[in-house]
Amino acid sequence: MKILTAKSGVWAGYLAVLLLLPLFFDSILAISIFNQMAIAIVFALSYNMLLGQGGMLSFGHAVYFGLGGFLAVHALLMMENESVYFSIAFIPLIGGLTGLLAGVFIGSFSTRKAGTVFAMISLGIGELVAASSLIFTGFFGGEAGVSGDRTFGPPLFGMDFFSDVDVYYLAAFWVFVSTLFMYLFTQTPAGRMANAVRDNPERAEFIGYSARWVRFISFCASGMFAGVAGGLFALNYEFLTDENLNLVTSGRVLLMAYIGGLGFFIGPIIGAIILTLMNFLLSNYTELWLLYLGILFVLTVLFLPRGFAGFIMMHRLAWLRGKMHTLALPYLLTGLPALLFILCAVCLLELSHTAEPELHFLGLSLSRDSVLVWAALLALATLGWFLTKKSAPGLHRAWEAANAPEADSGQEQTS
Amino acid sequence: MPEVLVFATLNGLVTGLLLFMLASGLTVIFSMMGVLNFAHASFYMLGAYFAYSVSLYFGYWTGLIVAPLIVGVIGALVERYGLRRVHQHGHVAELVFTFGLAFLIEEAVQFFWGADTKNYQTPDLLDFPLFTLFGQEFSAYRGFMLAISIGIFIGLYQVLTRSRVGLIIQAAISHPHMVANLGHNVPLIFTAVFGVGTALAGLAGVIAGPVLTTFPGMALVLGSIVFVIVVIGGLGSLPGAFLASLLIGLLQSYAIATNVGMQDLLALFGLEFPRSHPLDDLWTLNLSQIAPILPFLLLVLVLIFRPTGLMGKREQ
Repeated sequence: MKILTAKSGVWAGYLAVLLLLPLFFDSILAISIFNQMAIAIVFALSYNMLLGQGGMLSFGHAVYFGLGGFLAVHALLMMENESVYFSIAFIPLIGGLTGLLAGVFIGSFSTRKAGTVFAMISLGIGELVAASSLIFTGFFGGEAGVSGDRTFGPPLFGMDFFSDVDVYYLAAFWVFVSTLFMYLFTQTPAGRMANAVRDNPERAEFIGYSARWVRFISFCASGMFAGVAGGLFALNYEFLTDENLNLVTSGRVLLMAYIGGLGFFIGPIIGAIILTLMNFLLSNYTELWLLYLGILFVLTVLFLPRGFAGFIMMHRLAWLRGKMHTLALPYLLTGLPALLFILCAVCLLELSHTAEPELHFLGLSLSRDSVLVWAALLALATLGWFLTKKSAPGLHRAWEAANAPEADSGQEQTS
Repeated sequence: MPEVLVFATLNGLVTGLLLFMLASGLTVIFSMMGVLNFAHASFYMLGAYFAYSVSLYFGYWTGLIVAPLIVGVIGALVERYGLRRVHQHGHVAELVFTFGLAFLIEEAVQFFWGADTKNYQTPDLLDFPLFTLFGQEFSAYRGFMLAISIGIFIGLYQVLTRSRVGLIIQAAISHPHMVANLGHNVPLIFTAVFGVGTALAGLAGVIAGPVLTTFPGMALVLGSIVFVIVVIGGLGSLPGAFLASLLIGLLQSYAIATNVGMQDLLALFGLEFPRSHPLDDLWTLNLSQIAPILPFLLLVLVLIFRPTGLMGKREQ
């Protein structure tokens, strides 16, 4: 009972945050960031359903997102031509149904195996659909894409969807509903079995479940929610191109889910928020942001295989034992030099890429042609690297001490 | 018609053998380590870019030698300090890592060389038509590409089947623990194979760069196709990869060279559709239009009906 109340509290908090956000950040830019985040959250969660919970690595998840989006735009167009008339609040539902149908069709043959075979089929289908979208220009609009207009439907609760804020509230509703249903799905037998099949398909078969059927159910559900995200995308941008179907979008969602943390329900939400923010904040300042994203991703795969959520959850044991304070100083000792190194490295990268003679970085104005600046940055970067290396064993020891079993043999966290 | 056929065959052979240079490395790496290297085509791109940079100062021929070596060293470092670390987290993590690497290499190439197309030229020595057939020229450079690829194929085959190193590699593929017990350094073999595989990809990049243009998207163009080949040929089967490379190369080349389309097919049955039909795009489809998607169609079909590929033995 207590757990149930705590969980409802989390959900109520989530809803409150979703509803109150535009009251605190009401600029046009903020609202457009929130809209993009909402789309990314649903999309990344649907991807996690596949990879994190079902163990199916997909390189073609954008197919369901894009198909849902294209159908949604066509629904908007039909509304414009007055062939149908309904509230656009249902548009994401159309996207979801499309994603579900595509999932049923493609899943019927691709979920036979997980692992590499599944990844390859998803890649093949992704490329197939992306290439077809350039051939069938009648439906997909070729390279120009298809655009619609969301304002032709009837108003809903006094909202006519001219402004982005109206779209935000609609998106917030769909994000909340999708998140809730995706969470509930993880609690159903189908969701639990998806975990079992991910970890050991053979044993799952032994207790009488068809691994393929379990995968198929996850796959369809995941396709459906990706379609919902596509429908939201169509509502927000009123415009879809072939890029929404191809490997770029599929890769982006993989990055989001992985950086956020696979296997944790909240991970993809974190990843979606981080990547959307990075996109908006960094792309205004630097042309190199995709390079940073690539570096961040590779480093995450190498050093934080469970992503940011996994990094946070790593501290659960220390937190429960009340030993977080013993970690603070070692973290500071390693973190500050590491930060120094990262800042200097970024500065060096920017300096070598800039076309201007002066680079403005963190309030400093650095001359590109000055040897002194380069030497100082290199020296600082080396210093940062050296200090990080030097203090890392200390952090490791503190970590071990905080997590060391006391009298009772402390249980390893296995979530 | 015969001239179209002959040139389509020749071009298909050139493409197919080029693809094989990539696919061979990929398939050997896969059979040894179980890693499908998503970044393999990125090493091919690196080869082209390094060769371009070297050729600016020392000419084409130096680039031909030096660039694959640089790429091979980078590949070996990636295996040693990247893949080996990720290996403990399983094959999916490895695949994700190489995917991230492909992403990173593309961005890094844009960082160092810029986003524009590089003017990487064929060497003057080979800038003449090798022969003229039906009034069409076949450039000497394409002949050179053909020669190099065939040479690599024969060399690789000989090394793998006839030499002691090849025997150890073959043994390490199937029984890594046994090979380690016999005193061989298996991790070192893995690193070396990864290095040689990426160096081969780099070499393919060097010779393909001038013909297929050197630009930051060149890895993406070829990357998925190479995957298709390795899967169609059968994961881990070198002869299968060879067959599939030629198959894909010829298939694409023939499809582009013909103008047969849906209209001809429908006309065969006496059917005709008005231009204003909603499915107009479908009725007017040409074979040359769908050439880019043929490999992927083939991939999906193979994976559904014969998941082991043409010559693969194991199903993962």
